[in-house]
Amino acid sequence: MQSQMKESDPILKIENLFASTDNLTILKGVSLTVYPGEIHAIMGRNGCGKSTLSKIIAGHPSYNITNGDIKFSGENINSLEPEERSQSGIFLGFQYPIEIPGVSNLEFLRVSTNARRKYLKKEELDTFDFEELVKEKLELVKMDHAFLSRSVNQGFSGGEKKRNEILQMALLEPKIAILDETDSGLDIDALRIVASGIKKISNAQTGIILITHYQRLLDEIEPDYVHVMADGQIIKTGGSDLALELEKKGYEWTDNFVKET
Amino acid sequence: MGVSLVKVYKANCNGLFLENMVNENLVKDVVKEPYKYGFVTDIETEKISKGLNEDIVRLISQKKEEPKYLLDFRLKAFKKWQKMDEPDWAGLGYKQIDYQDIIYYSAPKQKEKISSLDEVDPKLLETFDKLGIPLTEQKKLTNVAVDAVFDSVSIATTFREELAKHGVIFCSISEAVKNHSDLIEKYLGTVVPASDNYFAALNSAVFSDGSFVYIPKGVTCPMDLSSYFRINSGDTGQFERTLIIAEESSSVSYLEGCTAPMFDTNTLHAAVVELIALDDASIKYSTVQNWYAGDEEGVGGIFNFVTKRGKCLGKRSKISWSQVETGSSITWKYPSCLLLGEESVGEFYSVALTNNLQQADTGTKMIHIGPKTKSTIVSKGISAGNSINSYRGLVKMGRKAAGSRNYSQCDSMLIGDQASANTFPYIKSQQPNSEIEHEASTCRISEDQLFYLQSRGIEFEEAVSMMVSGFCRDVFNQLPMEFASEADKLLALKLEGSVG
Repeated sequence: MQSQMKESDPILKIENLFASTDNLTILKGVSLTVYPGEIHAIMGRNGCGKSTLSKIIAGHPSYNITNGDIKFSGENINSLEPEERSQSGIFLGFQYPIEIPGVSNLEFLRVSTNARRKYLKKEELDTFDFEELVKEKLELVKMDHAFLSRSVNQGFSGGEKKRNEILQMALLEPKIAILDETDSGLDIDALRIVASGIKKISNAQTGIILITHYQRLLDEIEPDYVHVMADGQIIKTGGSDLALELEKKGYEWTDNFVKET
Repeated sequence: MGVSLVKVYKANCNGLFLENMVNENLVKDVVKEPYKYGFVTDIETEKISKGLNEDIVRLISQKKEEPKYLLDFRLKAFKKWQKMDEPDWAGLGYKQIDYQDIIYYSAPKQKEKISSLDEVDPKLLETFDKLGIPLTEQKKLTNVAVDAVFDSVSIATTFREELAKHGVIFCSISEAVKNHSDLIEKYLGTVVPASDNYFAALNSAVFSDGSFVYIPKGVTCPMDLSSYFRINSGDTGQFERTLIIAEESSSVSYLEGCTAPMFDTNTLHAAVVELIALDDASIKYSTVQNWYAGDEEGVGGIFNFVTKRGKCLGKRSKISWSQVETGSSITWKYPSCLLLGEESVGEFYSVALTNNLQQADTGTKMIHIGPKTKSTIVSKGISAGNSINSYRGLVKMGRKAAGSRNYSQCDSMLIGDQASANTFPYIKSQQPNSEIEHEASTCRISEDQLFYLQSRGIEFEEAVSMMVSGFCRDVFNQLPMEFASEADKLLALKLEGSVG
């Protein structure tokens, strides 16, 4: 399917990526191409390398790329710092958003947004203008203004943390968003809010990678492609029906696949 | 001894402590920052010979044309000092100080009598210009009056006439001895007696200059007052003495800044600061201390042994200390409050940042003597590199301090795995009807926190500095406006480095 002709260039092109941490090889030849407007889902058992892949795309310093390339908008980004990747439009929604005591959420969001705006050569926003912008974005994830004056993620419930991630995505307007188990720990109402937020933020120019275990997020956001990962590789790619098939069959067959190869 | 309500909380914040530590090398790079005030002013100075004996004490007093009571004060202090031992209870490790190898008086040579700032040696003005403290009429800071102290002497004080219109006296302590001798005789040594401790006794014997402030009854000082202390000579100790008196219903905000050149020898700085607040008076004393801290191997740097104490003598009087301590190779400093007046208030807000081989032992003493007195302690220690950063504080409730309260909060932040942080809270209570609360926490900047901020486009250095200033927020909020942004910048500078 991915081989068909596309009108535009890919946003993200990962080719034969190998990566390790502490001398342990985690990714063993991952290839993935995302074009504008596409939604990809990556599924697989715990420990198959899904989260590692997302962290490597975002530039986590604990992992080394031992082979292969990550190209973003045609440029190799293997050696870019995490902040440079963010500024240029890569967004990682964390599975476990980090608490930062003492740093106000509002200030954090403003500095972060301005770093992206600066890269885009847009005017940086002062406190007042930013308040206006953030108010509008809060609507998307149905968050209360009071969240802004608290410390980043500190004392937030699981659902609030995830909504705060989507708020950041809304402010940063990334070209590609990798959402790592954004659905985990959400009740059904929160899941709908988050899913509708993601849909509103994405458009024909953006790419989305959803990393998930469950079909229920994919019921809300229908993916164009579903990839199954096992043992550091993408072992199968299909359409949205593949996710339904997984829901029925479970992941056991992926273990057999790994044994066979 | 009665039992009072003592609540002690201990907590590790978020369990971050146990999490993956920060990428060592990156942080080491970040906390390396060249010292920007390390230059030496090439100026002719008048120095007396090295060493300390009774003749030296007499010579200093004579040079300053002091009245007899002051010479006697010095000589008595000197005799006491000779009988005292250098304190070692803080467990600080440093090369023994040779008190005979120090010059006790050094002054830039200039005209005998200076009638205006224009007559001050341009080299001195230039020095303070470089330090960001312009003194001349055209350039001086508009909202702050400054007393500039260079080695042993005060070289200029701005806005004196304007302040005089309000009855505020702001001058060097040497001038105060000449012009306001009654106040000096009445108050000098009444808060920190000469025999208080080893370094206070030494200071009382050889103090050279410092600032004097007098706020008359009912006057709110129309602008912030500040002193800027500059050590220039490598072999000269600085022993300044500051005395601030706030009469009934008056108030003043006082700022203090310090820098020194980089020498590979250690320079001794042993200051004494005394504050006196009468009925309904309030004194806010803020310090940004950035003495030279020594190099990465711990060579050189200022030995900072300072005694600062305020006496809330009057009813409802208030003394508030806030400090940002980033410099010195050794810091030994406990700005304290004696709460005598009924309903008087003492406050201590501190940020101490240590790096490389710096050692800081700092905190406060809140001595509740009068009834219904109140004190607040907020201390934030940040240790990076191989440094040791300790909070040491005493809260004491005396027999008559019924209905008194204290709240203490001591937080430590560790950067890297070679630094150490200690908290030594001492609590003594002789009054059952009083309340003491103490909270403490320790945390570490984790790699995950840094990655989170970076993955939102925030650069590594800014991420570290955001977290550090977030950690210090409670204290920065207490600093005067001009200082708060300076303190933020100073910490960022200290943590800035050559990453990437």
